[in-house]
Amino acid sequence: MEELVDVRGLSCPQPLLVTIEKIKTTQSSQLKVLVDTDTARENITIVVKSVGWRVLEVEPSALGYIITIERVF
Amino acid sequence: MLRAFDIFTEVTAPAPPVVIVSKANLSFQCNYQRIIKIFNIISSNRPNINPSSRLTNGREMRDEKSIMESLCNCLGYYRYGAVIGILATIFQKLGNPPNMGICVACMERDIAGALGLHRVATVQYLRPEIIGFVLGSFIAALTFGEFRPRAGSAPIVRFFLGFLRWLVPLSFLGCPWRALLRIAGGDGNAIFGLLGLFFGVWIGTLFFKRGYSLGRATPTPLPTGLVMVLIVMALLFLRIIYPPIQGQPQSGVLFYSLEGPGSKYAPFFISLGVAIALGFIAQRSRFCTMGALRDLILFRNFHLFLGVLSLAIFAFISNLILGQFKPGFANQPIAHSMSLWNFLGMTLAGLSFALAGGCPGRQLFLAGEGDGDAAIFVLGIIIGAAFAHNFGFASTPKGIGPNAIEVLIVGLVFCIWVGFSMRHKEV
Repeated sequence: MEELVDVRGLSCPQPLLVTIEKIKTTQSSQLKVLVDTDTARENITIVVKSVGWRVLEVEPSALGYIITIERVF
Repeated sequence: MLRAFDIFTEVTAPAPPVVIVSKANLSFQCNYQRIIKIFNIISSNRPNINPSSRLTNGREMRDEKSIMESLCNCLGYYRYGAVIGILATIFQKLGNPPNMGICVACMERDIAGALGLHRVATVQYLRPEIIGFVLGSFIAALTFGEFRPRAGSAPIVRFFLGFLRWLVPLSFLGCPWRALLRIAGGDGNAIFGLLGLFFGVWIGTLFFKRGYSLGRATPTPLPTGLVMVLIVMALLFLRIIYPPIQGQPQSGVLFYSLEGPGSKYAPFFISLGVAIALGFIAQRSRFCTMGALRDLILFRNFHLFLGVLSLAIFAFISNLILGQFKPGFANQPIAHSMSLWNFLGMTLAGLSFALAGGCPGRQLFLAGEGDGDAAIFVLGIIIGAAFAHNFGFASTPKGIGPNAIEVLIVGLVFCIWVGFSMRHKEV
């Protein structure tokens, strides 16, 4: 099952930290990250690559973006 | 690739598990849709909500606006650093104070002076660079559909972090940008400042690992995002109707320095134009000195740091070419050589910048993007600068100000208290 991480409204660097923290604790292999700024979107898509995950899809929404990331096995 | 993660795991203290919010907050959504409606009217130009600009596998599908977008992406982090570095030194050549081509702290202090909030006769000038940064970022955010009015993340704490960060950096006589420019100009004292900055940001990252958070901002109606833009436009208006008069310390309601750093400035329209361009590119490139150090410490991620590095390197090269490079420690322009205070001043600055979530310049760009909390910072900074000079906290080239040590201690205690107590478990 996909899990959601909502980092909307958090200021730098928390969107990144919360996402990374979630990546470390989650059992599932896919996460949906809700972000509301382009800075957070860019930071997350760059940094998840260095922790062994990859970006599947970045989908614009009325709230910002929904980033789907997945564990690379 | 995995190494960065391993290091991060090693140094991280066990933190409370992140609470997952599995459904979107409805009021958040409604508000947001309203804002988007408003902005569709103002600028019928929102590529981000257009499904055709959907991003797939991290790669952006091209649409008609992507030419401009890719042009800005070309001016990525390190190129933007280079542009700031070179332009700052050229500003110095054109008349801005030495080793202070672009210093957000100093310029906001000069604005406080120009408005008469403090009456130190040597640092009063309504710097158009600050106005340009906010306007440039605002224009970029509107153009690319990134203008999002938002606020509500502990504004009063942010005000005081801003207030403090302008008391504290003044004991070093500069902000992070100026620290880099000072090194690039050969000022050895700035090395202690930069080390302090690094140390301060490192302390800040420890708080972040413990779950420090100022809480969430939420989307708000238009005025929250526009107030700062209107303020800088009002300042611009004042500057235009009350231009400096030769030999006069006052023109209308504005004060103008006749000597000292405040009397040195590049031509008004050049400064304004270049600053608008810089603000525009900065908004696109997310250039951020605090983020650079923080990402380096937390994630071993160099992408923002390259920008900071190239700022220093290109400013150095440009200084060499323009004949502005003067290596040494003593008698550096607008600097003192009290190493301990240079170090401690910037330690506190780094800590408060990290807790506040961005470097001084970055706050201006965020304010232009509609971030009401960043705008609160900027106001805190300007008021803080005024207090710093009125109360004798600010340093002078002779050394630190008479009350600077007490303020440093108070500032440190405040930042550590905020760092320990501002924790939101359910972020």
